[in-house]
Formats: sequence, structure tokens, C-alpha cells
Amino acid sequence: MSPPSAKAMVEVSGVTQRFGTTTALSDVSLTIASGEFVTLIGPSGCGKSTLLRLVADLLTPTEGTVHVAGKTARAAREAQDYGIAFQQAGLLEWRTVLRNVELPLELHGVGARERRARAEELLEVVGLADVADKRPSQLSGGMQQRVAIARALAAKPALLLMDEPFGALDEMTRERLQDELLSIRAREGTTVLLVTHSVSEAAYLSDRVVVMSPRPGRIAAVVDVDLPLRATGTPTDVRESPEFFAATTVVREALRAPARVASP
Amino acid sequence: MRRVLPGWAGTWGRAVAPVVVAVLALTAWQVLVTVGRVAPFVLPSPVAIAEALGAILPQVVSAALATGANALWGLVAGSVLALVAAALAARLGWLRSTLVPLAAVVAALPIVALAPIFATMFGATSELPRQLVVTVVVFVPVFVNALRGLQSVAPVHADLMRACAASGWAATRTVTLPGALPHVFTGLRLAAAGAVISAVVAEYFGGLQSGLGSRITSAAANSAYPRAWAYVTAACALGLLFYAAALAAERLTTPWNRRTS
Ligand SMILES: Nc1ncnc2c1ncn2[C@@H]1O[C@H](COP(=O)(O)OP(=O)(O)O)[C@@H](O)[C@H]1O
Ligand SMILES: [Mg+2]
Repeated sequence: MSPPSAKAMVEVSGVTQRFGTTTALSDVSLTIASGEFVTLIGPSGCGKSTLLRLVADLLTPTEGTVHVAGKTARAAREAQDYGIAFQQAGLLEWRTVLRNVELPLELHGVGARERRARAEELLEVVGLADVADKRPSQLSGGMQQRVAIARALAAKPALLLMDEPFGALDEMTRERLQDELLSIRAREGTTVLLVTHSVSEAAYLSDRVVVMSPRPGRIAAVVDVDLPLRATGTPTDVRESPEFFAATTVVREALRAPARVASP
Repeated sequence: MRRVLPGWAGTWGRAVAPVVVAVLALTAWQVLVTVGRVAPFVLPSPVAIAEALGAILPQVVSAALATGANALWGLVAGSVLALVAAALAARLGWLRSTLVPLAAVVAALPIVALAPIFATMFGATSELPRQLVVTVVVFVPVFVNALRGLQSVAPVHADLMRACAASGWAATRTVTLPGALPHVFTGLRLAAAGAVISAVVAEYFGGLQSGLGSRITSAAANSAYPRAWAYVTAACALGLLFYAAALAAERLTTPWNRRTS
């Protein structure tokens, strides 16, 4: 049991997760620094969601420890240190869009006026201010996912956890939401841990890509991504830059040959 | 340019179509009975039934009120009991494993078996046996559906509640109860129709001569077939009224659950 380090937002050490006879994760260690954007990528069934759920304290590890924001995962969850967006939007269909975004604040006892103001502000950020009073069923899948992201951000969490949040969306919507996510993250300084199965999404968004291999789930490679155009260029500049292509190539190779440790 | 005809599929179509079908069916019935010379004791014509209904309207209304009151009391009592039982069963495993098989047994109980027993137990001068029959009939669909609703919290909602560190009661209030409502109303709709049927049938076994069921039996016993059918018509209308009320309550309470719009 190592003590959590001061600057780390997430510290997973020596975690093994078994479900009956299945070993979903085997001896996984991962440290995410405060402010970092890390993606988990790997073939389906390699334990990406399991790792995310361990960080969220939706699962308790069979072995090993998980610390978030310098606390145990449980204490961090209870302190609402993280916000989470699942693969399904998972909105409450009986609530309006606005009241869905308010939900985490409501559950933590924030006053009605304050949570309404925050929810309106977030809907503005994700470009859905005009549908605040609609019900989720009246929204497209992409819009629902944006509401779910706004909800995850409602309590101004230091850490944002996302499990394939753009998985079900078309390419256009997906790219727009990726850019929205980057600008939210830049503005709020949020640490992000995002699960994806898209190589280009991982390369485009992250500071580090964690490549996982299946049976049992392990970390096969960690790829550092540095896209200088992120600070100065447009999204299109970044997506067309040689550094972006180089990063996708390295991630793709790490996925194909998971045994080899790669660096760009 | 191709377009789906909006009128027919829309509200007008939905309102008009059943009326048209009903008018056609009634006309066919009338023609069949008059032209086909069906004996009136086999099947009176719609006109004969309507005449009987007009002649004894005050009695029909008071009989419908008596039966309706029994159905309503039974519906309320049965639903309240069922909701309380479902809420407890959803929380307590041991109670669930007792109540679920019990509900299956009650569901298999024919009301025709219950009604005479309750009638003898509570005497012939009371509406209570009928109300109890309705209570038993109502209990099962409301209990089964409410319990199913309370146990069908979507996994993603359960995760969300845990991620937000919601207390047990907060999670119940936020996701479990609203999520169960559509199921509860499915149960209530079934129960509303069953309540009227069982209130009518419960009167077939003697006791007070106040309601539709007893009037139907006595009219039939006197070979007053159009009169019997007039009471049957009233029973049918009462059943529809209960069903419509349940549907309206559902629409008002769970507006997100509407299939259209
Ligand atoms: N709650 C669970 N119970 C049993 N097995 C599970 C559970 N959750 C995940 N698994 C198993 O663990 C492995 C990893 O699953 P998961 O983390 O969902 O993978 P990924 O998200 O990478 O597709 C899979 O073999 C899956 O079947
Ligand atoms: Mg997954």
C-alpha cells in the first residue's frame, strides 16, 4: 500500500480484478497527473470499462488499490471529485434536459437557484440552451450524449471519466463533440480519463494513450502524444498535422503488437 | 410527391374509425336480427335494447352507481395494498419470496369461487363482500407490475446514483419510483377493467339487489332480455369509464411515457 502522491489525480497500483473465474484486469498500475488527458484503448473485452469503473468506485478491486485526488476511490466518489459519462447517455427520461443536468448538484444539496444557473451555463457550453425544457426522448442521440457530458461536468469535478461517450455517434457529431470536450477541458482545467476504441480519437484528444491487451487485461503500451498545433491551430490543422498521423501510427502499431513498448 | 395521409393516421382517424366500425356493426346486428328473424330471447335488436335502456334509465344509472362504487372502493383498497406490498417486497427479500408465489395463487383464484364464500362470510345485506372480491382481483396485477417496475432500475441509472453518492432514499426518489410509474400504470389499467368485471360478477351470487350484476340476473330470470342487455350495456360503459380514467391518470402522471409526440 503506497501512499497517494500529491500531484497525481488518479493512482491505480497493482490492481487485479476478477469476476468469478474471469480475470478482467491483471496487475494494472497507472498514474494520471492532475490536468492530464489520458485515453484507454484496446480490443473489446480487455477491461477498459472495468478499469474506469474501478477509478469511479463502481467496483472494488480484487487486489490492489485505487486512489483519486489523494483519497481512496470511495472517499473521492463520496466527495463528488469526479463526474462520469457512460456509453449510454443514461438520462432520466422523466426529467427535462435542464433538470437532468442539475441532478448531481441536487443530490449534493446545492440550492435550487445556484444549480439552475450552473445547469443553464453548461447547456450553453454544449450548445443546447434552446432545448433546456425538452425531454430527453425529444432529442437526437448526439444531443442526449451532450446532455450527459454537461451532467458529468455539473459539479465542477476535478476529474472527468468517460466510457466511449461518442461511440454511437456519426463522424461529424463525434468530431464536434471532441472539440467541445477539448475546449471545456482547457477552460476548466479538468483531468480526463476517456475510454475509446477509436485510434484517431485517442490520438486527437490525449496527452497519453494507454494501450491495453486482453486476456487478462493488461497495459501493453503507453504512448505519449504531443500535438503542437493544438495550442495554435484549428481542429482541422491538428487533424491534418504530421504529428497527428505519427501518433495514430504508433498507437495502431501498439494495438497490433501489444508486447512491444512503443514511443513516438 | 408521396405523403402518408395525415388525416387517417392522425387524431381524427383514430377517433372516427372506431365510431364508424361501431355504427356498421350495430346496423349489421339490427339487420341480422330483424331480417334473419332471430328470436328476441336469443338476441334482442339494438333498437329494442335502446328502448329498454331509455325506459328504465334511472334504475340503470342507480345500479351502475352502486356497482361503480363497489368497483371503486375495491380498486382503491386493492391498489393501496398492492403498492405497499410491492414497496416492501422490493426491499425485503424474504417478503418477496413469500408474496410472489402468493400473488400467483391469488391470480389463479377464480372470482366465481370467492364471491359466494365472501357473501356467506359477510352476510347478504352488505356491499363488503363485493368490495372484497374486487380488492382481491385488483391486488394481483398492481402488485406484480409495481414490483417489476421497482426492480427494473436501469443499470446505468444505478451506476449514476452510486457515482453521485446518492443515499438509498435519494436514489429511490430519483430513479426507482419514477422508473416504476409506467409499470404501476400498466397494472392499474388492467386492474381498472378487472375491477368493474369482478364487481358485476360478484353480484351474481345473491346478496343486495342494488347493482348491475343482480339486475342482469333478475332481468334474465324474468325473460326480460332487452332489459338484461340494457344493464349489460351499462356495465360495458362503466368498464370503459374506469379504463379511460386509469388511462387519463397515466397520461397526466407519466407524460414522458407517451408513445406518440
Ligand atoms: N460485472 C461483470 N461480471 C462478470 N464479468 C464481467 C463484468 N464486467 C466485465 N466483465 C468481464 O470482464 C472483461 C472486461 O470487460 P470490460 O471491462 O467491459 O471490457 P471493455 O470495456 O474493454 O470492452 C470481459 O471479459 C467481461 O465479460
Ligand atoms: Mg467497455
